[in-house]
Amino acid sequence: MKLTLKVWRQDNVNDPGRFETYEATDVKDEMSFLEMLDAVNENLIESGHEPIVFDSDCREGICGTCGLMINGQAHGPQKGTTTCQLHMRKFHDGETVTIEPFRAAAFPVIKDLMVDRSAFDAIVQSGGFITADTGGARDANEILIPKPAADASMDAAGCIGCGACVAACPNGAGQLFTSAKLAHLGLLPQGQAERWKRTEDMVETMEMFFGSCTNYGECQEACPKEIPIDFIAMMNRDYLKSKLKNRKLSGQKY
Amino acid sequence: MSTITLDSKVPSGPIQDRWDNHKFDMKLVNPANKRKFTVLVVGTGLAGAAAAATLAELGYQVKCFTFHDSPRRAHSIAAQGGINGAKNYKNDGDSIYRLFYDTVKGGDFRARESNVYRLSQVSVNIIDQCVAQGVPFAREYGGLLDNRSFGGAQVSRTFYARGQTGQQLLLGAYQALMQQVALGRVELHTKTELLEVVKKDGVAVGIVTRNVTTGEVQSWSGHATLLATGGYGNAFYLSTNAMNSNVTAAWRAHKQGALFANACYTQIHPTCIPASDDTQSKLTLMSESLRNDGRIWVPKKFDDNRPADEIPEEDRDYYLERKYPSYGNLAPRDIASRAAKVVVDEGRGVGPLKNGVYLDFGESIDRLGKETVFERYGNLFDMYERITDEDPMKVPMRIYPASHYTMGGLWVDYNLMTTVPGLYALGEANFSDHGANRLGASALMQGLADGYFVAPYTVGDYLAGLLGQGTVSTEDPVFKAAEQTVNDASHRWLSIGGTKSPEYYHRELGKLVWDYCGMARDQNGLEKALSEIPALREEFEKNVRVLGNPEGVNQSLEKVGRIADFFDLGELMCRDALMREESCGGHFRVEHQTEDGEALRDDEDFSFVGAWEWNGAGTAQTLHKEPLVFENVKPTQRSYK
Repeated sequence: MKLTLKVWRQDNVNDPGRFETYEATDVKDEMSFLEMLDAVNENLIESGHEPIVFDSDCREGICGTCGLMINGQAHGPQKGTTTCQLHMRKFHDGETVTIEPFRAAAFPVIKDLMVDRSAFDAIVQSGGFITADTGGARDANEILIPKPAADASMDAAGCIGCGACVAACPNGAGQLFTSAKLAHLGLLPQGQAERWKRTEDMVETMEMFFGSCTNYGECQEACPKEIPIDFIAMMNRDYLKSKLKNRKLSGQKY
Repeated sequence: MSTITLDSKVPSGPIQDRWDNHKFDMKLVNPANKRKFTVLVVGTGLAGAAAAATLAELGYQVKCFTFHDSPRRAHSIAAQGGINGAKNYKNDGDSIYRLFYDTVKGGDFRARESNVYRLSQVSVNIIDQCVAQGVPFAREYGGLLDNRSFGGAQVSRTFYARGQTGQQLLLGAYQALMQQVALGRVELHTKTELLEVVKKDGVAVGIVTRNVTTGEVQSWSGHATLLATGGYGNAFYLSTNAMNSNVTAAWRAHKQGALFANACYTQIHPTCIPASDDTQSKLTLMSESLRNDGRIWVPKKFDDNRPADEIPEEDRDYYLERKYPSYGNLAPRDIASRAAKVVVDEGRGVGPLKNGVYLDFGESIDRLGKETVFERYGNLFDMYERITDEDPMKVPMRIYPASHYTMGGLWVDYNLMTTVPGLYALGEANFSDHGANRLGASALMQGLADGYFVAPYTVGDYLAGLLGQGTVSTEDPVFKAAEQTVNDASHRWLSIGGTKSPEYYHRELGKLVWDYCGMARDQNGLEKALSEIPALREEFEKNVRVLGNPEGVNQSLEKVGRIADFFDLGELMCRDALMREESCGGHFRVEHQTEDGEALRDDEDFSFVGAWEWNGAGTAQTLHKEPLVFENVKPTQRSYK
């Protein structure tokens, strides 16, 4: 199949950027979206044009490195699928496809389709961990965790940090990412000691970078791991509890 | 003539006591002195992130480097199946000794016994540590940890978090690392790629990096340097590794005098999705855990074009169950991969390109019900369906072996130090624990063992001897010369102005390495590769096209340097495979097989680690041998029948 691509090109963060049009020929159903772009890039290089810069690494949908706005949708049209796992059988011959970077105030464009998502690391750094220095752990089976709790924690822990939630959000909010990390750790017994401090620190760091959540729900639609916004509700509840009753200092009861 | 002697520094005494005694014998650094030492950690996968976090917790000044935009992107994240731990929670007869035994045997008696025993010992601490960090391992209803069995083992000792165990373990290590960053004990440099290892007076004193966003070339000085930079499976071009996984850090260390060991020990994983066409950029692994409930078969007849569901039971050949009745579909990776190659080469392959075998869940669905099967493997089935447009609940999966893990790597002693003093290699980047074949669920174990529980002790022992010494200034001529090397190389690539993309040459190189040094190797093929690779390399250096400039983002420039190192490495893989006139584990020399096609080892002549010394570009490396001694597990022919 043959496609027309409208691709965002931007030399650096200060460049205003522009769309450029390329033809993708010989596109096969079995190709992934990024393999289609690889082929376009090889042609560009061989004809003396600088290739399109985009991020990708594992190409198995787990590292969270890739992420493009495809026809205005974060990671494209297939639900629960990262850009690298999207295959060209979802497109048809002659189609025009618009490709842009994830756009958000917190994710400045580095070049072309590559953005800087280090704000996510800043949120994790502010409290997204359980303090457990190496060597001091007790036997793993001494901590009993009911299966439903472990499963719910795992549902949240599946976040790959790609940023689709932010790109899809009209407010550019980081709530789904932040709440997924809070729920992963806050649903486990090991995470209780730091639960309230973690919630306050992470939420407040998030607010330094990202917009506010107004419950559009676009984030859970775009999330390639289908993480639900229920976790945002849990985060809001914990934040309120912590602030109102100052649990951070006065104890750990629910 | 070289002056290198390989001293493995393995402690003496009963194997059970060696690590404990060694820990006691190693020198300690007083807490107030720890902060006077700077340790550079390169790579933030399981081994790197765990080592950086743990060294920082101990009080050392750590500088940590990754070329990714965040430490969490390292390819450890893609490991699916699980991590071994000799906990015996299932009461099925597991023990540290049994894990040790299984690993030595699984490695086809080409690993160092003492290292493997230590690995098995700390495997139990790893599980404890990860649970304490909040890794959400699978649980039973009573709240206890769940386990499953994995290829090459007859006990259930594998801990898992759905099909995303690597992700969860890496996030645990990443979070521990980020906490240390917040505390100011780790200086984290993302988007920063190692391009040179710097030595002064024979000792590693630091590294030179290039910032892949700005193009800035910079020197970093430290008392010790730890490389945790992963494996070299992308030498085959198509592999299950990530697009950016490369050998460059290890290779640049090799060029500075670190010996590279057992390059021909590469693991071809039996359960990957077969390639669909020639534009494919990588192959995708389907977790080995699928073999617990999936049955592998091909049609008995050649060129049987019927769809799977129309092939009756009597026309199916469950070849693993037939050849290896006691292990069946759980035969170790090297054996399962070769068996698949045999049936596909015979012309009994399945799928549009006849390049796969079936992995069939029909029987399990009948026995366990759709829900149970989907609960166990649902995320893998979804991934498979996205790639192939086929639903494994209805149509059997098609799988074929692909390059997955590399057992070879930088030679290290018992302390994980390379032959360059002060330079360490951890995780997949070293050669140490898996011998000629790695068992399933052991890579995560080794990465975390090295990072959390081995290097933090052994690096301290080295640093204790440096008390009172500062680091070498980054203005020193050794650093300036290394920076010059990096800059010169960038300008050289950019000035070639050829006609083909770097990717093109990587693909061509990969084909050569796969055809001649893949699942089966023979003398003719290897000799052919050793003449064709340098010829292709010559063309590559004359005709590759890298556009743009060295400042700012330039992905072609990043890639071209990595591919140049893969050329060197590809040659070494072939040379190592040619030298090793035997078959063992992942290394199968067609000339050396038993009557029924199994690997035939030669313990008399080849019970050694082959470690190669760099002698400059265009000159063959020199082989050094570290003899392997088996005092506890007597080498026998591995039998999984």
